[in-house]
Amino acid sequence: MERLRQIGDVILHVDNISLSFGGVKALSDVSFSVREHEILAIIGPNGAGKSSMLNCINGFYHPQEGTITFKGQTRKQMQTHEAAAQGIARTFQNIALFRGMSTLDNIMTGRNLKMNVNFLLQGLYFGPARNEEMEHRAFVERIIDFLEIEAIRKTPVGRLPYGLQKRVELGRALAAEPTLLLLDEPMAGMNIEEKQDMCRFILDVNDEFGTTIVLIEHDMSVVMDISDRVVVLDYGSKIGEGTPDEVRANQDVIDAYLGVGH
Amino acid sequence: MNVSHGDVGRVDTFPKLLLENARVRGDRPAIREKDYGIWQTFTWHQAADQVRALAMGLKAAGFAKGDRLGIVGDNRPRLYWSMVAAQALGGVPVPVYQDAVAEEMRYVLDHAEVRFVIVENQEQVDKVLEIKDALPKLETIVYSDPRGLRHYAQPFLKSYAAVQEEGRAAVAAHPGAYEAVVAEGKGSDLAIMLYTSGTTGRAKGVMLSFDNLIITARNGIEREGLTDKEEIMAYLPMAWVGDNLFSFAQSYVGGFCVSCPESSETVMQDMREIGPTYFFAPPRIFENILTTVMIRMEDAAAVKRWMFRKFMEVAKRVGAKILDRTPVPLVDALLYRLGDLLVYGPLRNVLGFSRLKLAYTAGEAIGPDIFDFYRSLGINVKQLYGSTEAAVFITIQPNGEVKPDTVGTPAKDVEIKIADSGEVLFRSPGVFMSYYKNDEATRETKTADGWVKTGDAGFFDESGHLKIIDRAKDVGKLTTGAMFAPKYIENKLKFFPYIREAVAFGDTRDYVAVFVNIDLEAVGNWAERRGIAYSGYTDLAGQADVYALVQECVEKVNTDLAQDPHLAGSQIHRFLILHKELDADDGELTRTRKVRRGTVAEKYGTLIAALYSDRDRCEIQAEVTFEDGRKGSIRADIAIRDVKTVAMAPEPMRKAG
Repeated sequence: MERLRQIGDVILHVDNISLSFGGVKALSDVSFSVREHEILAIIGPNGAGKSSMLNCINGFYHPQEGTITFKGQTRKQMQTHEAAAQGIARTFQNIALFRGMSTLDNIMTGRNLKMNVNFLLQGLYFGPARNEEMEHRAFVERIIDFLEIEAIRKTPVGRLPYGLQKRVELGRALAAEPTLLLLDEPMAGMNIEEKQDMCRFILDVNDEFGTTIVLIEHDMSVVMDISDRVVVLDYGSKIGEGTPDEVRANQDVIDAYLGVGH
Repeated sequence: MNVSHGDVGRVDTFPKLLLENARVRGDRPAIREKDYGIWQTFTWHQAADQVRALAMGLKAAGFAKGDRLGIVGDNRPRLYWSMVAAQALGGVPVPVYQDAVAEEMRYVLDHAEVRFVIVENQEQVDKVLEIKDALPKLETIVYSDPRGLRHYAQPFLKSYAAVQEEGRAAVAAHPGAYEAVVAEGKGSDLAIMLYTSGTTGRAKGVMLSFDNLIITARNGIEREGLTDKEEIMAYLPMAWVGDNLFSFAQSYVGGFCVSCPESSETVMQDMREIGPTYFFAPPRIFENILTTVMIRMEDAAAVKRWMFRKFMEVAKRVGAKILDRTPVPLVDALLYRLGDLLVYGPLRNVLGFSRLKLAYTAGEAIGPDIFDFYRSLGINVKQLYGSTEAAVFITIQPNGEVKPDTVGTPAKDVEIKIADSGEVLFRSPGVFMSYYKNDEATRETKTADGWVKTGDAGFFDESGHLKIIDRAKDVGKLTTGAMFAPKYIENKLKFFPYIREAVAFGDTRDYVAVFVNIDLEAVGNWAERRGIAYSGYTDLAGQADVYALVQECVEKVNTDLAQDPHLAGSQIHRFLILHKELDADDGELTRTRKVRRGTVAEKYGTLIAALYSDRDRCEIQAEVTFEDGRKGSIRADIAIRDVKTVAMAPEPMRKAG
């Protein structure tokens, strides 16, 4: 299928990142770039440093060495809320939703950064707060429609099956209208049908909103199907990068996955 | 009731009715849909504008008189408008089941020679594109929801909005052109083609005229006293005649509002928000709702459970009588009032039935317990009997005369007669024109003087209610000459919770005998409460106590059958409980759990022979397939019991339709 948005310039550049926890080196000297509107997958065996990489990008971990450049701004130390304000949103490997709150309310929390009225007025639901909330609610309804979760709008998230919770989490990330969306194993633990749905939604998000997506995934068929480029990590180092076909043919990658001696 | 539609002769098509409704009640709601979480309402005036723009747009795109418009999607205002737009131009809408697989869809679109299709979304566009090469007549695909379709560059793809845009330009350029073309339509014109999957062979295109639909719709409205204040949910497939009549024809004739749910999964929630006054559901849906209620009650607090149980007893005793306005003892009436306040009212509210005046069910037999449950809550559920060939209504249960096992009396202007074979025939203003391009089937179904064969066997009971008992081809005769309707007897048995499956024998035999499968869960529970030990199905099925339990059920069925002079002769004389459950894996049931009579008769020939002998035991060895695919055999010594039969009631006069 022809893409609506052509892949553009580099939006995120990761330059020689090294991260260690005490004596454990989680990432060493990793560099790669993400271009606007593309879907980039980070793959690698367990413990390769994939989640650590995402945590560095959204400012949760602070790498000891190297820099991250996002939308032309280079930074070394950054807080997660700054990353969010810059337009980076993410989902988590183990779902991090408010289990007692409804789907709608959970996605509303994703709008938090977009709210300008002070919290006192919000609490009173008065004047401008009311209008603002209505606008945000309308936006959230578009996401609910987009992700086809109308039927669970008012269901507490804790009561939903796993696959749907993942979808709600994606909805909350989308509510922030991110330029860069980080997905940490969006399809882990899903059955085949849920995976297909999720793939469809990821492609649609990329297509409809032009969102750049970096995702971590274990399911190789998924990765090869939906991503434009793949970065392969093993033991904290980058061992391969390229289109899915290039990566599939890369001997280092094959060795890493088949467990040939290090 | 508003009588604005009084001039039947003039306002005889749906496009004319739409203009009339826009004139008479322009600001009242015509149709709603839930979009982005909010109910969006369109008034009759707005609906008329939408249809005008769409019709003129389709005309500009080349849609001409006599052309057919395929319609694929869930219930959406835009798709209903598409039907009227096609009709306005003298074209014919052909709604297709939205979940049909590509091949079925191809068959219908090809057979109907569709030139234009209007579909709901990308999913349906993809489906039509997949079969487009096999549809030489198909020229244009119009889609309603543009999401995901941006990359589709095919020149024959048009968006609904773009078609309407062109239409609006045409309306501005030629004001009055639309009204002029609408005025050309007349009641005897073909209004719609609905494809029904017969039991055998390919789907047939039932051609219904405006008169068929409008007169039938109006008769239904008059019989039930519906007004233009009704609210109905459109949630059943648009390709089904019932949806066309209830949520389209009757809405246009009666001027009431239709609501389209947000998605098929949200129907129950949307019901609560809308609170329809008029509702149709097949028995399966009523059954599911009841099951949900029961499960939720199990989880409720002890006080609530107690209240529910106590007041449901009251409701069971007097609820249906109160609904039918039959006098009941004062104490019960007061208790029912209290129950209404504490239990029935809140329950109706949770189900979205608070404002319900009239609910229909049809399609298959509904269990009397399920039926009584709703009626005892004060919900006026009634059965009707209808078919696509009749534009729905053949019989309806009249208020105050609702019996669980009949389908009521003939609807207005419907004549019914019973053929010698027992088959039900009808003649009415709703009788279809013909099957499209299938004269042979038309001749087989419709006689020269307008009688339509339903394929169902039935008869009128003493109070003039029609009773449908089985498919005509399955009905046989005993050697005594008495009519034998296997499914009717089996259904009666299966309505008991203890009986899971039953197979009745009797055609060309001296008497009726049945195989019974007990319901392991229900009978198992029953046995546990009585301290009866058992090791599994075979053991339980052979217990004398279980036989006594089933015998009671069978005798109740006999008592029931005896009430009915036509069926009294087919009372059950002997029965046995099978030592294994009939199973699809063993070829005894179809995958949809229908009994394969032939296979069962062949496999259990020795048992059948024993049923028609005077033996009281019979040994059998049956092959079974285990879950893991291994085959084995079960041996059993099965007891056969005789059952008391009840004296026949005297033969009454058969009522003419």
